[in-house]
Amino acid sequence: MATVLVLVTAAEGAGDKVALQALTLGRQLAAGDAVHALVLGDEAVASEIGAWGATSVHVAKHPALDVPAPDAAARILDDLAGSLGADVVIGPGTDEGNTILARTAARGGLPFAANCTVVTAGPPVSVTRSRWGGSLLEEAVINAERAVLTVAAHVIEAVGTGGSAPVTTFSPQLDDADLAVRVVGRVPAPAGGVSLSDAKVVVSGGRGAGSSDGFGPIVELASLLGAAVGCSRAVTIAGWRPHTEQVGQTGTKIAPDLYIAAGISGATQHLAGTKGAKRILAINKDGEAPIMTAADYAVLGDMAEVLPAISAEIRRVRGA
Amino acid sequence: MRVLVCVKRVPAVAGRITLTDDERAIDTKYVGFQVGPHEECAVEEAVRLVEAHGGESVVLTLGPAEAVEQLRDAMAIGATRAIHLVTDGEDWDAESTAGAIVDAIREDEAANGPFDLVLLGNEAADSGGYQVAVRIGRILGRPTVTGIKGLTVAGGTARCEQEAGAGRDVYEVRTPALVAVLEGINLPRYPSVPGRIRAKSKPIATSSPARPAQRLEMLRLVVPATEAKQAQILGRGAAAAPAVVELLASVGVL
Repeated sequence: MATVLVLVTAAEGAGDKVALQALTLGRQLAAGDAVHALVLGDEAVASEIGAWGATSVHVAKHPALDVPAPDAAARILDDLAGSLGADVVIGPGTDEGNTILARTAARGGLPFAANCTVVTAGPPVSVTRSRWGGSLLEEAVINAERAVLTVAAHVIEAVGTGGSAPVTTFSPQLDDADLAVRVVGRVPAPAGGVSLSDAKVVVSGGRGAGSSDGFGPIVELASLLGAAVGCSRAVTIAGWRPHTEQVGQTGTKIAPDLYIAAGISGATQHLAGTKGAKRILAINKDGEAPIMTAADYAVLGDMAEVLPAISAEIRRVRGA
Repeated sequence: MRVLVCVKRVPAVAGRITLTDDERAIDTKYVGFQVGPHEECAVEEAVRLVEAHGGESVVLTLGPAEAVEQLRDAMAIGATRAIHLVTDGEDWDAESTAGAIVDAIREDEAANGPFDLVLLGNEAADSGGYQVAVRIGRILGRPTVTGIKGLTVAGGTARCEQEAGAGRDVYEVRTPALVAVLEGINLPRYPSVPGRIRAKSKPIATSSPARPAQRLEMLRLVVPATEAKQAQILGRGAAAAPAVVELLASVGVL
């Protein structure tokens, strides 16, 4: 039994998927005790999350919450955790969730465990958490009266309960210091191109491309398939392609139906970004490359010959 | 302008990870060391800021004696001097790390005035804790922005850009401030030979902070079980193209 408080962040007007996964974990830890959910501003989100296991929903309404303000969010979460006497405070393991929960722990003088994959109720609460972008796991205990943690994205399946929960709206107390870090403007994305993180198909090149010119066949195939162009870290370090195209632990994490990795050896750093891909096709001269143990399909050969042949075949098939 | 940049020495993990016998560290018999990608960019950003505004960039690490290599690397691309908080090699949790860095910042600032900016990587490449910057900011009472891919500083204000959806959110905070950056904020330069030679004579201040009791207490590391797949070979060279196109059609992406 534990009193649990979950921060439910919003994405596209609904509860963030990872936040719903956090609610499922919260329900397991509560083991029948209360599962409180905090929503910042968005009442549409609040009305739906009783169906995901919250037993009580708290909506903070404040004009400053119209834009991201992570210290304000942390202040509200910390204050609510205090007034509820929460044993465990959970957030989603997203960029937004990790910075808010880290700030919450810092405010409360508490340790913080980011990106947990397994959490066992305490005291003390023990966790398994992700290191090296998921390539290594750490087993740890949280030695504190309140456990503050985030749930690694897409490890725990969100399970609905079909229930409903009472929604309480309140006006949080915020000071100027809580609003010193707040979004003041927005820069729109440059037009065109397929978003790497949302693409159904990604065609990537690695060191095997040999040069920036070596990406010609990759761009050609990507455009035929309406796919996003990606690359490995070796490529961005060499300056052949922009960092916005980098797939990996320190680049973009992708989740396409098909990932075509050409001339990519498959370093740990790269594979940390491809775990969400449904299928991987590797095109590589080296049948022993690490990518071969992550791939579902492979073509053995030089990408400079294989890729143009695939593009030509697509044109031939479509022309027929 | 005074800029502090914090880095962490980590193994240059590339392929399969193996652990030491006590399962508390990565076996590094056959791997080198480096700082993480985010931190390489943080160092580059610190050096560029000082090139543009004048002043000094100080590189700090908490790590074993060997971490002097990473401090020299940072000084080889332009950091002015270094602070080394020497450990016995044991892992420190993020809370302890932030506490030791705060002590070092206070000591340096007592002698030299405030750092306008403290730069860090968004998360350590190994432990991925996502919190050292915000903890330092909280203790020092300075604004902290995280996940930053664009930074300009003018007139006591740091303008920070963070990727959000299809565009970027902009934060503006007063300095002194902390900024946790992501790879991609710049393309780090390679150290030159003269840079490496100059780095050898740049000063490194050392101290040995005591490791407090760990409240996020690491017990052991585990290499996750992954099913090693056996890729189905569709063919060799250009002759494989029809089989690939068949695959594209069968998974509905043609």
